[in-house]
Amino acid sequence: MTGERFLFLLFALATCGGALGVVISQNVVRMAFSLVIALGSTSGLFFLLHADFVAATQLLIYVGGTLVLLIFGIMLTASGPYVRIKTSPADLFLAAGVGFLVLFMIVGTVMDVDWEQASIKLTGRAIAEKPIGYNELGQGNTARTIALGLIGSRPDKDLGQPAEKGLSTGYLLPFEIVSVHLLVVLIGAAYLARARRRVDSSADS
Amino acid sequence: MSAIFAASTLVDYFDGLTISPFGWEINEGWALVIAALIHVFVLVNVFALIPLFFIWLERKVSGRIQDRLGPTRVGGRFGWLQGLADGIKLIQKEDLVPKAADSMLFRVAPYIACIAVFGTFMVLPFSDGWVAVAADVGLFLLVAILSLEVLGIILAGYCSGSKWSLYGGMREAAQMVSYEIPLAICALVPIVAVGTLNLGEISRMQSGWFFSNWLIFNNPFTFIAFFVYFTVATAGCKRAPFDLAEAESELVGGFHTEYSGMRWSFFFMAEYAAMFVVSGVAAILFLGGWHTGIGWIDQAFDSLRISAAGQDGFVLSCYFANVIGMVVFVIKASLLVFVQIWVRWTLPRLRIDQVMMTCLKYLIPISCFLFLGAVLWPILLLSTLDRTTVFSEPLGEKVPRRQPVASVPAPSANQDVTHRQNSISDRPSQRVTAKPEGDDRR
Repeated sequence: MTGERFLFLLFALATCGGALGVVISQNVVRMAFSLVIALGSTSGLFFLLHADFVAATQLLIYVGGTLVLLIFGIMLTASGPYVRIKTSPADLFLAAGVGFLVLFMIVGTVMDVDWEQASIKLTGRAIAEKPIGYNELGQGNTARTIALGLIGSRPDKDLGQPAEKGLSTGYLLPFEIVSVHLLVVLIGAAYLARARRRVDSSADS
Repeated sequence: MSAIFAASTLVDYFDGLTISPFGWEINEGWALVIAALIHVFVLVNVFALIPLFFIWLERKVSGRIQDRLGPTRVGGRFGWLQGLADGIKLIQKEDLVPKAADSMLFRVAPYIACIAVFGTFMVLPFSDGWVAVAADVGLFLLVAILSLEVLGIILAGYCSGSKWSLYGGMREAAQMVSYEIPLAICALVPIVAVGTLNLGEISRMQSGWFFSNWLIFNNPFTFIAFFVYFTVATAGCKRAPFDLAEAESELVGGFHTEYSGMRWSFFFMAEYAAMFVVSGVAAILFLGGWHTGIGWIDQAFDSLRISAAGQDGFVLSCYFANVIGMVVFVIKASLLVFVQIWVRWTLPRLRIDQVMMTCLKYLIPISCFLFLGAVLWPILLLSTLDRTTVFSEPLGEKVPRRQPVASVPAPSANQDVTHRQNSISDRPSQRVTAKPEGDDRR
């Protein structure tokens, strides 16, 4: 076992352990702390993959930003010293159902990937043997095509085509619309949280 | 074998090194492990010694400012062993956990604060190439890791089961969440001028006369940004006048009210090390890093480093240049820490609303304005003076200074190259043999 694989296993175990801790624990702050472990280990996995920027972003936004806000929110809103959350069986059933569905989707995707071809693609070996242009097998059947499509690039349609055909459009616009939608939801939530007090004061006067 | 002290990596040095009495050859994996252990050993010692020195300095300086002597007895005339004596006392103390506390998180919180600050030492370059992880996004990584310290403080405040601690933790959370924004924007201002996030590269760009090359004098916006950054960084280390989280006269001890012994001292190690880190970042971003700022001295040291580029093994001249560079860097950072101490014992503490107002109403708009100005400045100069900088040569002409990297070993080339190629094909996106920059990671 190489050192890199050992570290990968270590971080993967910490991620899974942290995620389990979030689900199992009932103390809100301990759940937040488990989330710290899970998200921090995820950034460790990114470091192992030499994705320094993504890893640092993960640390800065999720661990240093979101979780601090989360704990801050707990401290501000807690009525007692240590808030506990009890999950009802219905919630447990729903969450488990959704969780397992996502798990099956991920496992199915991972099984479908042609790892041999993907590693050839990544390392750049045997470039001479491959036909020029896009072929799905050469990509290793990974999700890379969808990801590229989401940022507006369609190599599966454009590569190897004559130049005068022009570039085909990806899914950048729908993707951006979804992000703007998220912003709208945030503003709406802020507005709703703010409006309640104003209604009360007008009712008094 | 490659030039170990010439800004090449320890991994390269150990890779393929033969231990003579047994005839073992170290392969790449073990070279990585050995290099990591050496880095860890050095950094842990640096991390332990820096707070020791600065706590002593704080006591001496505060004593002088208040017309006292400060520690005088332990360790000779100047009491410089006082920190060690305090440390031994703190180790002996009982490790208390209050009944109302969440005992697990109460115990863990000091380690989070301490490790977060320790993590930043990995990406902080002390001299040309003397860095454990030379990441291309070094500054971003440093800010990200440093932002984790607040998590330990907040958890400590919340999990102590005490009202004083809770107030301290809440203040710290509110303060840190808002002060991180101007900190990041102010750090971006010199980045706009220099064009890289790699801390080593930023420092390398500032070689030469201080007035024309240091980024603080690059344009009026970086000049102001230095002072804004320093203010925000002082607040980020929760130093007075921004030490609301531990305001002794209001909150007993703030977030560390319930702590004692070593766990208490971990918070202070984290605080003093964080002071050094933010001062070091200020020295790198604005004050020329490990360069002296006197043109001909810097040129002499740079030429020493460059002359070592083609040589194998230990190069004394390059090592000497790097040691001098580290001394210069540590002196610069220590002077900034001294200013932080000086400010602490001079200014009274602000109220929490004043702290928040300073940040949200003044520092964030100022830093946004500085960022905008730094972006527009080259365009303004280009349209009036027909160049992008006032004093120094343009950025594009500074870049090509050849960085001494490990020379490709000529005699054992065949064997080595095949070995490297195997390792490349195993792991994608690993280093591709003679890349000039980015090869010095780990």
